[in-house]
Amino acid sequence: MADTTLVGAAPTHPTTAQIAAAIREERARRGKRAALLKHIFLIITSLVMIYPLIWMLASSLKPDNQIFGNLGLWPSELRWENYTAGWNAMAVSFTRFFLNSTFVTVLSVIGNVISCSFAAYAFARLEFSGKNIWFALMMMTLMIPYHVVLIPQYILFLKAGWVDSYLPLIVPRFLAGDAFFIFLMVQFFRQLPRDLDEAAMIDGCNPFKIYWAIILPLSVPAMATAAIFSFIWTWEDFLGPLVYLNDMRDYTVPLALRSFIAQDSVSAYGQLFAMSVLSIVPIVIFFIIFQRLIIRGIAMSGLK
Amino acid sequence: MNKFIRRNLAGYTFLLPWLIGFFALAVGPIVSSLYLSFTDYDAVAAPSWIGLENYEFMVKDRRFWKALSVTFSFVVISVPAKLVFALAVAMILDRGVRAIGWYRALFYLPSILGGSIAVAVLWRQLFENDGLVNTLLGVVGVDGPNWLSDPRYSLTTLIVLAVWQFGSPMLIFLAGLRAIPQELYEAAEIDAAGKFRRFFAITLPLLAPVIFFNLVLQMIEAFKSFSGAFVISGGKGAPLDSLLFFTVYLYNEAFSYFRMGYASALAWVLLLIIAVFTAVAFWTSKYWVHYENERS
Repeated sequence: MADTTLVGAAPTHPTTAQIAAAIREERARRGKRAALLKHIFLIITSLVMIYPLIWMLASSLKPDNQIFGNLGLWPSELRWENYTAGWNAMAVSFTRFFLNSTFVTVLSVIGNVISCSFAAYAFARLEFSGKNIWFALMMMTLMIPYHVVLIPQYILFLKAGWVDSYLPLIVPRFLAGDAFFIFLMVQFFRQLPRDLDEAAMIDGCNPFKIYWAIILPLSVPAMATAAIFSFIWTWEDFLGPLVYLNDMRDYTVPLALRSFIAQDSVSAYGQLFAMSVLSIVPIVIFFIIFQRLIIRGIAMSGLK
Repeated sequence: MNKFIRRNLAGYTFLLPWLIGFFALAVGPIVSSLYLSFTDYDAVAAPSWIGLENYEFMVKDRRFWKALSVTFSFVVISVPAKLVFALAVAMILDRGVRAIGWYRALFYLPSILGGSIAVAVLWRQLFENDGLVNTLLGVVGVDGPNWLSDPRYSLTTLIVLAVWQFGSPMLIFLAGLRAIPQELYEAAEIDAAGKFRRFFAITLPLLAPVIFFNLVLQMIEAFKSFSGAFVISGGKGAPLDSLLFFTVYLYNEAFSYFRMGYASALAWVLLLIIAVFTAVAFWTSKYWVHYENERS
């Protein structure tokens, strides 16, 4: 609208350059206003998004009677005791839970990266009979809900005497159980130039050598992305530990948190929040450090 | 011949861990879960064949229908709400926003934390009777309901939790928006097409494959969601089964009551529901999703 009045209102015929300049100016003005509105919207939305997390952090430092019915974030006094008391609030200390979680997570990440990169290398770079069928089947496993295989897997591990150990949580990770990571790595391996393999082949390298000396070193970003996601998901995993671990000394952090609420539903909210905050600290740290890789990983696996 | 063997040997060697896992942890369990669904089994005594009894029981099982309706309501409301929100924010972030990296990271953070028990615990406290949400509502003069113990409102808390995690579809939308050629918008603007026209004539059709991808992915995720509902409903689907997600019901049948046969039947129904929903999405996609390369 503004553009046409500007042009129409000019008494003498303006040059094209003048019209263009006028349009550009008007656009810039409108652009600025739009940009300001956008920023206001975005800032409000981010605050709403992040507020619950900040509230959790603030509540973890408050005396219990100031947590509810209270919008203010700043506690009247900082209760660091919530952290020390919460750490030892249960029969087993959180030291143990954090060590358990770390153990399961580290081994799961290693297993995932090794086994999934093996499968991905086969799918992306090797020729063998039946490859396309296997690939299609692999993609179909992405759709299967864990709940469907859970019961037979449980019975299998029960018969093997693995229940109440970490084996049911770790061994499947060494068998490329997570098709998402295979898919992510296949996408990445396919982008690497084929000439490399061929040149290496001519130089007498076998497929194992090519995987180890060429593909892996060039795929650090893909491996890192898989490792990060695998870390986050394993750290947060709840259903697996819930089914397989019954002894509190074996609990991972999420299981411990859940018994914290079950055990003490009345008071000690400050301690509960303190432990909740600590449980997500590793993830937040990872997220801050590897933000770029994580965000690229989502776009890559989702689209290409 | 020698070369053929060598090739296959290399291929299958690398594939071996996956193959073992595929048969031992996916195919085997799916097949035996089908078998178990026709048995009465408590994980201790040997399973005894009872034919269709589990399925016959299911048809008359009020909790089964309740679980189904709770899960459907959750999927049907939370998925579209999440996608609309994700697309809206992605479009705002798409071009020329300063500090886009910051916003992107902030919006994505809940998606990464959303599955954690810490957030489920936090959510329970947010919607507590005198929790943050009701305190905020009180400020604007609304007397908030008792979110967690009133079955009319309890599902809302989980829908809000799901929408809060709009970050990952948002990132995928952002990548999709980047792929739309700018010239199309410029040409449309010269033809005096307004904002809405441009959105419906350019953005939506060109983004259709991405919308479709997000829809299928989020739908499957929503059907599978468990830990939030489990923790917020106290592990049982309370109050009055209003949070009895299908997965929660299945878990309880299997691991609280050790009715493994019935739980296997439930698992198969869940698998079929997800398969049917995905198939329907793919089938209808012929009519609304067109891929770049098929038009040339």
